[in-house]
Amino acid sequence: MKATQLSVFLENKQGRLADVTRVLAENDINIRALFIADTSDFGILRMIVDKPRKAIDILKENQFTVSETDVVAVELLDKPGSLAKILSVLNDNSLNIEYLYCFLDTERNAAVDIMRIEDASRAIDILQGAGVKLLGGDDLHEL
Amino acid sequence: MIWNKEIETMPREQLEVLQLEGLRSTVKRVYENVPMYKKRFDEAGLGPDSIKTLDDLQKFPFTLKTDLRDNYPFGIFAVPMKDIVRLHASSGTTGKSTVVGYTKNDIDIWAELMARTLSAAGATSDDVVHNAYGYGLFTGGLGVHYGAERVGASVIPVSGGNTKRQITIMQDFGSTILACTPSYALYLAEVAKEMGVKNSELKLKAGVFGAEPWSNSMRKDIEERLGILAIDIYGLSEIIGPGVAYECPEKDGLHIGEDHFIVEVIDPDTGKRLPPGEKGELVFTTITKEATPVIRYRTRDISAINFERCACGRTTARMDRVTGRTDDMLIIRGVNVFPSQIESVLMKIEGTEPHYQLIVDRTGKLDILEVQVEVNERFFSDRVRQLEDFERKVKGEIESVLNISVDVKLVEPKTIQRSEGKAKRVIDRRNLN
Ligand SMILES: [Zn+2]
Repeated sequence: MKATQLSVFLENKQGRLADVTRVLAENDINIRALFIADTSDFGILRMIVDKPRKAIDILKENQFTVSETDVVAVELLDKPGSLAKILSVLNDNSLNIEYLYCFLDTERNAAVDIMRIEDASRAIDILQGAGVKLLGGDDLHEL
Repeated sequence: MIWNKEIETMPREQLEVLQLEGLRSTVKRVYENVPMYKKRFDEAGLGPDSIKTLDDLQKFPFTLKTDLRDNYPFGIFAVPMKDIVRLHASSGTTGKSTVVGYTKNDIDIWAELMARTLSAAGATSDDVVHNAYGYGLFTGGLGVHYGAERVGASVIPVSGGNTKRQITIMQDFGSTILACTPSYALYLAEVAKEMGVKNSELKLKAGVFGAEPWSNSMRKDIEERLGILAIDIYGLSEIIGPGVAYECPEKDGLHIGEDHFIVEVIDPDTGKRLPPGEKGELVFTTITKEATPVIRYRTRDISAINFERCACGRTTARMDRVTGRTDDMLIIRGVNVFPSQIESVLMKIEGTEPHYQLIVDRTGKLDILEVQVEVNERFFSDRVRQLEDFERKVKGEIESVLNISVDVKLVEPKTIQRSEGKAKRVIDRRNLN
């Protein structure tokens, strides 16, 4: 049930994010979610895309540094406290979230939470046991 | 392999007899034929008879690159133009270039020296020498070319540039010995990788690399990436071109062609000769060259000399790998910084490709040194902290070597200028102010 996230190294220089999105758009790759973690001199662009394999090849061809990371994607129910419940389940099991970000999946008409957890496989087992709806590659990417 | 056993393993006393003879005749020839030398020697109260022993050379004035430039184009030639069969020129980074000439005999000596160089790297008549040094006014290309032909190897005069085609030629022609600058060797390895060409598809076994300072860790990198023996060679056009000195497979210093040159190491500030083992500026005197002999030419290259017999059997003096130049040395907040020092640190930290650039700037009165390092897949991470830790580690190690604070900045791949010749390592913005 793991999902694939792409990370791209970006210098803090005008136009670099636009370059990434343009390259992907030109190659018919759809960005489902995007988040930038930055410092004063560089940024790491994290993305969920519909065709991760193809996106990696294309970004490398265009001389970007890319890595792929397994992340955990969960569908959030549209009611108060649903994220809090997930976080407390992870906390109770000493699973540490390194970072997380949310996006609205318009196709599914639902909010999706992407989490980077060191031990992704164990987190998935525990969340499934707790009745949380997980999204796998099939749900997020076109295969 | 030792190309000229008689000379290269000659007892030193015998070698010094040859040197004294050559030095005497050279001093006499330049005094009689080159007005600049006659004037200088006269002013110092010296003449052809002032050389009684090899030590007497120390009384003679130095020759600087500017002396050659001031006599542009042919003012330092010691023979008439009818005896000159070849001209080369070094690209002047500032102003005029320096021109050197060769007689038929000079070319012959040069080919002999390069044959020694290539043989030390293992070249024989069975080898295919891929010569990616530039052909033209620069001495690299033709120097290697004549030496390889002297050995009887098959030379591919591929010259610089068109890197993808070079990889294809290496594959199709079965190149066994690579000759180019060390930074171009790494560039070739990178392009070969991009093209999906594996070392097993190439026949390369050794490389002779020179024309720019490089480090031992860069050597290891080249050897690992290309799966070859990487040999350091040294030369400069003012002396003869490549072939002045070359490593043997012991990799413990570069053997100098002492039957053609006398080497000294001096303190660049005082001009005093330094004892063996001490680091200073290399100074060469040619003792057989006919067209453009030079007396005590200051190279600006930093090295040290060792006169001990080498494990390979050669008795010729060895110079340390050149660690920098007195003139491209950076002085930052009063501290001497050589790009090669920073390179060694970067290469030691696992995962760092040797793609870096030093940016020197001045804010107010303070000089700032920024080390830009290209991010590569080996150490890139989706975690900010991991990259910051990497930056901190590079910063800490460089600072402990240089004893000054530096800024380290990660940059995107291929943002640092890739050259197909010498790598541009330093951008000094202080000069623009
Ligand atoms: Zn040796």
